[in-house]
Amino acid sequence: MADVVLKGVSKSFGKGGSKRAVDGIDLTIADGEFVVLLGPTGAGKTTTLRLIAGIETPDAGTISIGGRPMAGLAPASRDIAFVFQQYSLYPHLTVYENLAFPLRSPARRMNGATIDARVREVARMVRIDHKLENRSTRLSGGEMQRVAIGRALVRRPSIYLMDEPLSSLDAKLRGELRLELKRIQKDLGATLLYVTHDQIEAMTMADRIGILAEGRLVQIGTPREIYADPANLHVAARLGQPHINLLPVGLLPDVPTPPGTKTIGARTEHIALAREAAGNARVDWIEHLGDQNHLHIRLGEQKLVTLADPDMAVSPGDRISLSLKSPLYFGQDGQRLV
Amino acid sequence: MSPAKSTSATARSVTTAHSVVEPSSRSKRIAATLVIVYAVVTMIPLVWIFLTSIKSPPDSISYPPKILFTPSIEGYCNLFTTRTRQTPEYIASLPEPEGVCDAVTRERNMVIAGPSNFLPRFANSLIIAFGSTFLAVGLGTLAAYGFSRFKVPLADDLLFFILSTRMMPPIAVAIPIYLMYRQLGLSDTALGMMLLYTAVNVSLAVWLLKGFIDEIPREYEEAAMIDGYSRLQAFRKVVLPQATTGIAATAIFCLIFAWNEYAFASLLTSGSAQTAPPFIPTIIGEGGQDWPAVAAGTTIFLVPILVFTILLRKQLLRGITFGAVRK
Ligand SMILES: Nc1ncnc2c1ncn2[C@@H]1O[C@H](COP(=O)(O)OP(=O)(O)OP(=O)(O)O)[C@@H](O)[C@H]1O
Ligand SMILES: [Mg+2]
Repeated sequence: MADVVLKGVSKSFGKGGSKRAVDGIDLTIADGEFVVLLGPTGAGKTTTLRLIAGIETPDAGTISIGGRPMAGLAPASRDIAFVFQQYSLYPHLTVYENLAFPLRSPARRMNGATIDARVREVARMVRIDHKLENRSTRLSGGEMQRVAIGRALVRRPSIYLMDEPLSSLDAKLRGELRLELKRIQKDLGATLLYVTHDQIEAMTMADRIGILAEGRLVQIGTPREIYADPANLHVAARLGQPHINLLPVGLLPDVPTPPGTKTIGARTEHIALAREAAGNARVDWIEHLGDQNHLHIRLGEQKLVTLADPDMAVSPGDRISLSLKSPLYFGQDGQRLV
Repeated sequence: MSPAKSTSATARSVTTAHSVVEPSSRSKRIAATLVIVYAVVTMIPLVWIFLTSIKSPPDSISYPPKILFTPSIEGYCNLFTTRTRQTPEYIASLPEPEGVCDAVTRERNMVIAGPSNFLPRFANSLIIAFGSTFLAVGLGTLAAYGFSRFKVPLADDLLFFILSTRMMPPIAVAIPIYLMYRQLGLSDTALGMMLLYTAVNVSLAVWLLKGFIDEIPREYEEAAMIDGYSRLQAFRKVVLPQATTGIAATAIFCLIFAWNEYAFASLLTSGSAQTAPPFIPTIIGEGGQDWPAVAAGTTIFLVPILVFTILLRKQLLRGITFGAVRK
């Protein structure tokens, strides 16, 4: 295992570099750390991983792994394992051969018995040991992704790079594998850079979360920091379920705001509700999700969504009073104001 | 039939009739009829050639053509031998004939003088066609991979240029090639023919294979390279196995071209490197063309390509269904 340092890494695509996929990223991943990159589609997450893996060459900046500069080094000599977003398995090989493929590489030259033991151990770990002899094209999407994760785990590389490895699994399996993957990473003390769209994955697995937008690393910090202390509107909008409510300043006249505030961000925990016949807001409708309710509220022309206790006695049409408790303030440029 | 059973049967026939994926039995029958008619039409000349090869020379040119006749091995005997005419007295004085061909020949007042040129010509065809196919597919695969995966300067122009070698009829370049080959000492050599067919086929191979390799996502090679393989090793372990269908199809096309090629072969070879196509029509019997021998030569000539296609049929079919399912 080793630390990974990116300094000012940029990559453009297209004619004359017209499309900036990654734009001056500085990122240090400590040895044994689990870092999650979170960002919307097209933010440059995959490109960042490919740059570290050496499949793409950066236009500018340097990448080093374990103190070794990576410039000019072939992917095979970088000691990296990669779980791809798509096309994760070799279609002409069986599950067993897929798992053994990295170990059989000329770079490693392991003997057959060691390979066999490792393959079977990992197959059990990702729970695919009953399908070892299957053609890899004859698997369900979830099984394929488990094999893909397994193919990374058979090795002990400096760093694991995973590009949305759980995206095509059903919710239950995703939940299980999330925990499993986190446990394996802890046990191995593995350095892991993980890309996802899914904020729950990010919040639950990451030691630190990096928020990417338009090729830039907007903010990086522990899940707690990113959630409670977002640097700007974009980061705030990434996290939280239901989404953060963005209110124009002045909607609630009695809220004291720092000078220059343009937008107020209010998550569930910033919103206090009380049933009151003369309240300033009205319940539009209620979504019952089972364990919790999403309350859709109308405050003047503004719509808000917040969580409510399932046993809170309100029904659509009821008037309620809504007030804010230390919400987040954002200026004209979307930056957070403190 | 119980009422329950009949309802379920109707239900099933209704669903098949309206199913989008399953063709109806009527359209299946039409398709089958069309395929059979087409197959019969294309088979008739081949069947006729085969029948001619087992006729006696008089039967082969009788008019109206004979559908029913006594099969004879004479065509095959004549194909493989040269014969000389002898007096009946001389033939009567000979010891018992050894083998069928000896006997058949003597009935026509002839004796076998020696082997004909057919076998060496056939061997030339085998060497030149398979050799050039191997070279064309090998070079074509590498070139197609290069064009597919790397930023080749002027790639589009190069690809067009490669294809343009096939745009003119062989006869247009035959004279320059003839002069060139004479200068290089390649005329009437197996090597010369192999190089020529390779040059012609490589353009086809590059184009066909580039399409197939483009279809293989790069992610597989990238994954292999991260897994500890060099690009060349990744090419061998990951790209080649997935390109087998394309390679098989390309090999068949190249082989058929090289095997059947007539124009260059008749212009550039005459002696030791002559291939079967220019040789077969020149088989002369007594009093003109020896049609059963020509037909026998053609029949045997068809065998290698048939065997090769049947051997690769599994790859070809697998490729077709594989692609259909995956997309
Ligand atoms: N090979 C390429 N050629 C041209 N443009 C590319 C290439 N790879 C990526 N891009 C562009 O770079 C940008 C970032 O792409 P990237 O794949 O890194 O996004 P991502 O964050 O992984 O998105 P997603 O969540 O959809 O996977 C996109 O706008 C994409 O169109
Ligand atoms: Mg991506």
